Amino acid sequence: MQHNETGHRPAAASGAGVDTTFIGAFLVIGTVLALIVASKAVDTPMQVHALIFLIAFVLGIIALGAHHFGGAMHDESKYEFGVVKAGVTASMFWGIAGFLVGVIIALQLAFPNILYFDHLPFLNFGRLRPLHTSAVIFAFGGNVLIATSFYVVQRTTRARLWGGLASWFVFWGYNLFIVVAATGYLMGVTESREYAEPEWYADLWLTIVWVVYLLVFLGTLWKRKEPHIYVANWFYLAFIITIAMLHIVNNLSVPVSLVGSKSYSLFAGVQDALTQWWYGHNAVGFFLTAGFLAIMYYFIPKRAERPVYSYRLSIVHFWALIFLYIWAGPHHLHYTALPEWAQTLGMTFSIMLWMPSWGGAINGLMTLSGAWDKIRTDPVIRMMIVSVAFYAMSTFEGPMMSIRAVNSLSHYTDWTIGHVHSGALGWVGYISFGALYCLVPWLWKRKQLYSNALVEWHFWISTIGIVLYITAMWVSGIMQGLMWRAYNEFGFLEFSFVETVEAMHPYYIIRALGGLLFLIGAILMAYNLWRTARGDVRQKELSGALAPAPAE
Amino acid sequence: MYEKLAHVAQTWGLALFIIAFVLVLIYTFNPANRKKFDEAKRIPLEDGDDDNG
Repeated sequence: MQHNETGHRPAAASGAGVDTTFIGAFLVIGTVLALIVASKAVDTPMQVHALIFLIAFVLGIIALGAHHFGGAMHDESKYEFGVVKAGVTASMFWGIAGFLVGVIIALQLAFPNILYFDHLPFLNFGRLRPLHTSAVIFAFGGNVLIATSFYVVQRTTRARLWGGLASWFVFWGYNLFIVVAATGYLMGVTESREYAEPEWYADLWLTIVWVVYLLVFLGTLWKRKEPHIYVANWFYLAFIITIAMLHIVNNLSVPVSLVGSKSYSLFAGVQDALTQWWYGHNAVGFFLTAGFLAIMYYFIPKRAERPVYSYRLSIVHFWALIFLYIWAGPHHLHYTALPEWAQTLGMTFSIMLWMPSWGGAINGLMTLSGAWDKIRTDPVIRMMIVSVAFYAMSTFEGPMMSIRAVNSLSHYTDWTIGHVHSGALGWVGYISFGALYCLVPWLWKRKQLYSNALVEWHFWISTIGIVLYITAMWVSGIMQGLMWRAYNEFGFLEFSFVETVEAMHPYYIIRALGGLLFLIGAILMAYNLWRTARGDVRQKELSGALAPAPAE
Repeated sequence: MYEKLAHVAQTWGLALFIIAFVLVLIYTFNPANRKKFDEAKRIPLEDGDDDNG
């Protein structure tokens, strides 16, 4: 804010910059509100959350004061990479946590008798499951998106992030939301809306953080020194704007009490269901797709040192995706009270999505055209290319599953879980890992990763894990669907529900094993990145026997 | 209200979206923009070192 008009001249922060004043005032107001709510809370979860907010705001004030009186200089000619480093670190932390909870709940499904704790409700599947989904999507994925978007927008506009400390407010504010959401799930606080479980006050907080995120991103684009806005930024911008819209509309609700944790949705019945799945599917479309496509459009060309295959295709890819995705949500509500024309509309748009999805995937893959050997020599490139292959595969599978007849077999079965994980582990996971493997040496100014061999190990262990996971879920899910619809010669159901559960048991064990391998891969990565950041290089790889990572 | 909204969506809304998408295609494939896109495509590869000054 205070440096909006200064061009190349390094503007020393006079201390009480507009950003400091705004954030400071905001934190003070927040502290007072949190104190009031903590003292008047009508239920324990609300009291706990008010105290968490209170502690966070007080710590924020202390950090702001330390920054202000520490005489921190603001240099407009330098990029703000500190917040990107923080985002990378947080991604790694939440990734491991989220994958670990995934393995735990997979084991709970496989061995329900051993891992069911009667007197420890916060360890039950119903509470750990949203903890897992939110941790991997929003905590891991969200931090990856915030970190990479802040990096890419600066590099491709050649401008420092707008808003001074506002980007730090976004980072800490977002992670505070994660903590509130996660602790809420454990205490049983939920709106019961898939991928939108946090209650009204957490939603309000995220709205504030997200608007600041949008302002930082737009402000940086506004003061760009590069005339053209590179396509990755379009994807990031679409992700930020659409998530704001989806989040606000889907979470419109009426709190029972302003000092209580429970609220009720503004919508009822089938309207509520449609709003939820309009949100739910576009969380896939704009959070897990558009945002990570932005990563693909920057990091694959950068790492491969070749421009994207077709810039024109990337523009058509972008707009086609934007125009089509938003209508696909009703395919989650086949054979429900939703009018059939709306179901058909959702299905039709889902099928049309094949085109931009595959166009985009081809664009990403063909970027390697003429340099295919990099897939063999650079495990980071291989990870990102396999990621795009998974993107193509899961965006083929998704539209197929949205066809009403196919959906009658697949819906409510493990096939859906398998589909989600081929997208999540394969596409989102691998493109994120690729970006993190690129970012750590760039940000910490290291010539190469600690060990490329370790990346190889990560790649193969995780890939075997993904294959085990999705094949187990395909078999389990299709079997489950077929068993549910099997009738005997008298017209009675052939199998009881518990028989289908029993039949799935071996596949649940395979799934847990697949998840465990994926987690082990991620732990190898965390170790590798930590050693890289410290500046270590594995002895054997000092000479650069494997292709060294370019420093820039 | 529902009827009115549905009518607008099915006529003007549909036309608007199709026109908007056609405009996108014209912008994308306009030969005059070729040079701009060829430069834009190289942005990630030419973003220099760690300063933006």
